[in-house]
Amino acid sequence: MAKVIGLNGNAAVANAMRQINPHVVAAYPITPQTDCVERFAEFVADGRVDTEFVTVESEHSAMSACVGAAAAGGRVMTATSANGLALMWEIVYIAASMRLPIVMMVANRALSGNINIHCDHSDTMGARDAGWLQLFSENAQEAYDNTIMAIKIAEDMSVRLPVMVTQDGFIISHALECVELLEDEEVQKFIGPYKERYPMLDLKNPVTYGPLDLFDYYFEHKWSQIDAIDHCLPVIEKVSAEYGKLSGRNYELLESYKLDDAEVGIVALGSTCGTAKEAVDRMREAGKKVGLLKVRCFRPFPTEQVIKTLSPLKGVAVLDRSATFGGFGGPVFTEIRSALYDAPERPLVIDFLYGLGGRDIFMEDIEMAHSRIEGVVKKGRIDTHVDFLGLRE
Amino acid sequence: MHKLMEIRWHGRGGQGVVTASRILAEAMLKEGKHFQAFPEYGPERMGAPVKAFNRVSEQPIRIHCGVTSPEIVVVVDPTLLGTIDVLEGMKEDGTLVANFDGSPQELRKLLGFDSGKVFTLNASHISREVLGRVMANTPMLGGLCRAFDQVSLESVSEALKAQFGEKLRPEIIDKNITCLKRAYEEAQQG
Repeated sequence: MAKVIGLNGNAAVANAMRQINPHVVAAYPITPQTDCVERFAEFVADGRVDTEFVTVESEHSAMSACVGAAAAGGRVMTATSANGLALMWEIVYIAASMRLPIVMMVANRALSGNINIHCDHSDTMGARDAGWLQLFSENAQEAYDNTIMAIKIAEDMSVRLPVMVTQDGFIISHALECVELLEDEEVQKFIGPYKERYPMLDLKNPVTYGPLDLFDYYFEHKWSQIDAIDHCLPVIEKVSAEYGKLSGRNYELLESYKLDDAEVGIVALGSTCGTAKEAVDRMREAGKKVGLLKVRCFRPFPTEQVIKTLSPLKGVAVLDRSATFGGFGGPVFTEIRSALYDAPERPLVIDFLYGLGGRDIFMEDIEMAHSRIEGVVKKGRIDTHVDFLGLRE
Repeated sequence: MHKLMEIRWHGRGGQGVVTASRILAEAMLKEGKHFQAFPEYGPERMGAPVKAFNRVSEQPIRIHCGVTSPEIVVVVDPTLLGTIDVLEGMKEDGTLVANFDGSPQELRKLLGFDSGKVFTLNASHISREVLGRVMANTPMLGGLCRAFDQVSLESVSEALKAQFGEKLRPEIIDKNITCLKRAYEEAQQG
């Protein structure tokens, strides 16, 4: 029997990690992720997991230890935030290049400077091209569920890639909510025993990881990585469907909320989606034909599904919680707009940068984004492609 | 009836305001309700004004922005009354529950608040008498139980036991329960 308890996002993921009981966790504390690793360290100290917990002196070492342990043939997890992820950078790419199914929770936080500990997506968006899968979570429950699913997705023999599971720093990581946990045995049964692939500790079949790879084969190896991640979507869908049967909570690559008869749509990631659903309901009561597209899976990007869902609309307002300095809009906007370019019918798409460094986003802000896209649709043309929500003048 | 209730806690760093909001959340869980409890994370210093928030509903809570127009405001530290605007954004018919050495009428006069409901109790005094030190968060939970009919003293007591069970000695937990009950009875409405 599943039980509902009060947990914040960090504790929810720490409990998922306890139930997964990985062979190795190597992590370094950083706000707002610290609480997750501390709780997991307690589980280790109390003997509730068999995990080898490697305390390291930096995130670069944390990811290096994870790479070593995963290449050796272990089920490996870690967690970080913002500057910690930035310090891992080099090894984050290497983990994906070596096709190591490491699962990492990232409590999203602004990348400096100035120094800020609050939520935005600049950390994981910076890592979007590192070759990891990225699943965004709306609340603590989803952070828990995504963590368990991530293990099974990462370890699928056709995937064998690392997965980042994100949750919005403080907004989710430090907010106590109702979370329904599966039984420990259910989680173990769902993820199954770890299946090694070319483990370095198999001394009878020696393998080499990370050798010099120049213009002779590097390109082919990168192609195989591109090809691998391009084929992950059906696995994510399959694992999510299995998890839905087990938990009663159903997840898709994209969650379409009241978009069926909508004229305009809002696109968002993470905790903003919850607030946006309330805003959509309020606007629906006022007779507005609006819906929300929640992007759960950002890497690989579900291009076909985005086209199918958004192309019937007249207008789309994308909400981006990170900036691409000097680029044409934020990373979500770029992706959405590019996906729709070849669609037979396509909506007008505008972007809003919001919530940097934890600036709050209210229902009124989302209603403002809606009224802007409504105006663009009425006019039939876009004057300002990229604008700001909640920015003080 | 589906109605989202929002509660804002005011106190100072070190007074257990965040803990109080967590205990309330656990009590709501025991009542089968949905909840959120989250603090406002600014520069955290002992003695600096801090806020914490609760949301309570019969339905799952999806909204994740800050609380700006609470139905209930709880003030744990009396020195904040008249110092910061504890009524900021509170609903017109909202409820104020304050740790205050005086009557609700006196507090209304101090704050210039003449609508809604006001509950006062001397939580500092209660905790000093019962616990031997000023720890106003538990008595304020008792005061809140009086003002907020969706949570019972029993579930708050149970949640308090669960929260402190591993950290405090049983006699200290009992004293906290006494604080809770005394505050519930001594709170004045006006």
